[in-house]
Amino acid sequence: MTSRRNVIRVVLPQHLQTLARVGSEVALEVTGPATLGSLLDALEERYPVLRGTVRDHTTQKRRAFVRFFACEEDMSHESSDTPLPAAVISGAEPFLIVGALAGG
Amino acid sequence: MSGVRVLVGTKKGAFVLTSDGKRAKWDINGPHFGGWEMYHVKGSPADPNRLYASQSTGWFGQQMQRSSDGGKTWEAVGNKFEYDGVTGTHQWYDGTPHPWEFKRVWHLEPSLTDPDVVYAGVEDAALFRTEDGGSTWQELPGLRNHGSGPTWAPGAGGLCLHTILIDPTNHDRIYIAISSAGAFRSDDGAKSWRPINQGLRSQYIPDPAAEVGHCVHRIAMHASRPNVLFMQKHWDVMRSDDAGESWREVSGNLPTDFGFVIDVNTHEPETIYVVPIKSDSEHYPPDGKLRVYRSRTGGDEWEPLTKGLPQTDCYVNVLRDAMSVDSLEPCGVYFGTSGGQVYASADAGDSWVPIVRDLPPVLSVEVQTLPRRGD
Repeated sequence: MTSRRNVIRVVLPQHLQTLARVGSEVALEVTGPATLGSLLDALEERYPVLRGTVRDHTTQKRRAFVRFFACEEDMSHESSDTPLPAAVISGAEPFLIVGALAGG
Repeated sequence: MSGVRVLVGTKKGAFVLTSDGKRAKWDINGPHFGGWEMYHVKGSPADPNRLYASQSTGWFGQQMQRSSDGGKTWEAVGNKFEYDGVTGTHQWYDGTPHPWEFKRVWHLEPSLTDPDVVYAGVEDAALFRTEDGGSTWQELPGLRNHGSGPTWAPGAGGLCLHTILIDPTNHDRIYIAISSAGAFRSDDGAKSWRPINQGLRSQYIPDPAAEVGHCVHRIAMHASRPNVLFMQKHWDVMRSDDAGESWREVSGNLPTDFGFVIDVNTHEPETIYVVPIKSDSEHYPPDGKLRVYRSRTGGDEWEPLTKGLPQTDCYVNVLRDAMSVDSLEPCGVYFGTSGGQVYASADAGDSWVPIVRDLPPVLSVEVQTLPRRGD
């Protein structure tokens, strides 16, 4: 964990790209401890339209069909204060927000 | 010259279809919000260029979009729908208690006078309202808490509040319908509610004549006679002449009295339209023939309208929010299908043409009559 200012790469699923009107990857500045929760806070702060799409407005729980991957690991079930991997913090690897594969 | 704008919600985006008053040539604009389920798109009667659109997916939840230029551009507005207070439970399909959970907005009903005020009917069933153009939404909890809420059970499509009608002569009188609870009325601007299901009979609930529990699919009203209501129920086409205090069946000679849509001719309050659908599980037209049925007598006596509609091998469905009428003369009637066709009649149903044939499955069709094309 680090408390300096980090620029973290986040890959968004197609639906959220169109909603936020961005490309597949966005760069987010995270100040303070770089955790799963602070990254999602930064994402929603930068793109308010994404509030409620990745995690519930009120409970802050991850939506059921959304997954978090980083450095080939599944972080979907980690708590919000879990530190992000060093390679994500350094910008070497992106943090992936993925819509669970399902029909439709 | 006047024009028509047809707002189409589909399972994979929204489309805006426009034409002049002849309703012969159409421009197709879209998809807007491609890949998202667009349950409903509707314009404000007070400002036809103000549109609202309900956008959702099971993955990423609910979004709400607003346009101030008739659908050319859109902006995302508030998407936080939080029930008021402790939600408790409703019944699940098997009768066991199930927690109330917000899933999506099914229907948007803009105020008749204020473009910033909109009612939203949601799943799990509740009524919300915005007074700031969609930026924030507040539940009107009198409906969900009026007493029978814990007994409501979902229909096959979910526990959805899908119909909202505002009495144009008394804006405090509002009707709503829920699958599968029934119809309700407020006489005080949505503060308090009571069920209005006297006369409905449904064999799929323990007491067929129960006060609540009926799978009402749609209610329609003519603006000049707001005390007369027409209902397409899961089975049975019904009519009330006393603002829902009592209902009587008017299915008459329909080939099946199951269906989803029902609407009223703009100029003839006794002329109504339904699309009979075979059920309980098929949910396509009887005999593979897509037929709109019209009654000019307010029900009981129905005539099939087939000219221009497929009369062989047609197995599409027409969902509850997928029929609308314009206010031109003669009345235009429009409906969309699960096969992606949007059919239009510019002669009150006598003949039909497809405006567009190959959209994603259509969820909703709304029509705006405009002073000039595209306005």
